[in-house]
Amino acid sequence: MKKLKIGDLAKIRDKVRKTAVLRQGKARAKITVHMGTCGIAAGARDILSGLLEDIKSKKLSDVIVTTSGCAGLCSREPMATVEITGKPPVKYVDLTTEKMKKILSQHVIKGNIVNEYALAIGSERTH
Amino acid sequence: MDDLSLHVLDIIENAVAAGATNIEVRITDDEEQNLFMIEIADDGRGMDKEALKKAIDPFYTTKTVRKVGLGLSMLAQAANEAGGKFEVQSQPGRGTKIHARFMHDHIDRKPLGDMAETITAFIAGNGEKVDLTYHHRRGDQEFFFYTAEIKQVLEEITICHPEVISFIKREIRDGVKSISKRSKI
Repeated sequence: MKKLKIGDLAKIRDKVRKTAVLRQGKARAKITVHMGTCGIAAGARDILSGLLEDIKSKKLSDVIVTTSGCAGLCSREPMATVEITGKPPVKYVDLTTEKMKKILSQHVIKGNIVNEYALAIGSERTH
Repeated sequence: MDDLSLHVLDIIENAVAAGATNIEVRITDDEEQNLFMIEIADDGRGMDKEALKKAIDPFYTTKTVRKVGLGLSMLAQAANEAGGKFEVQSQPGRGTKIHARFMHDHIDRKPLGDMAETITAFIAGNGEKVDLTYHHRRGDQEFFFYTAEIKQVLEEITICHPEVISFIKREIRDGVKSISKRSKI
């Protein structure tokens, strides 16, 4: 049976410790990828995976990524909600990995909402 | 759903919605016995007899945002189409167990797909509040992964951190590959 490389994981822990938001810490931005049956069937897993890779490559330490269930708009999946501290949340629909990259760089990093992908601004807040 | 790993992600996301804090996913890939099996067990709220009877009815759901519940019914359909069998066992307060069996060589058996993507997508969204165990057996070889072990090493660092997620993805890919050299996946 293959064993986990605990030594490698400890190195990652020590590297992350220098920059990471701790478990109970507050981040500047939260991105929720909707992961209901409809979202998963429409490609939400790829959206999430691409987003995490992008956050890692851009070394963003103040962005939290999480998932939620179906929001009831199955025909507009994949969907994600972006919440920036002190700003209204924005729900994005019909996502692709490329659109998500643009949302990360334009909205999350620069603070400019990507209007052409947004369904609604100012719905429920979790962050 | 294009492959079985997406079904697994859907079922374990539902387990979290049902209050699970421990989830076990077990894949058995046995060409000699012509068996491919997915078992998922959780310690969530479970279902009473009435809900259990309707569990694979696509027009039954406990959710309020829509009127269909496709997760279990689609996995049941995938198993039935591949000459297999689908069973759900559940009791209120004692969690739920799902068994989906497939004929390994059935032309309509969906490929397993990318379990590393499924497990890491799940951990990214739920890893802090839920412990996940993943067993993948092929013949007499097995890969085993347990998030509690990872969390212990990470100490105060979140398991959801992108660097940690990348590590976990690599580990699962390597682990599954090491036991799957001759597999259809």
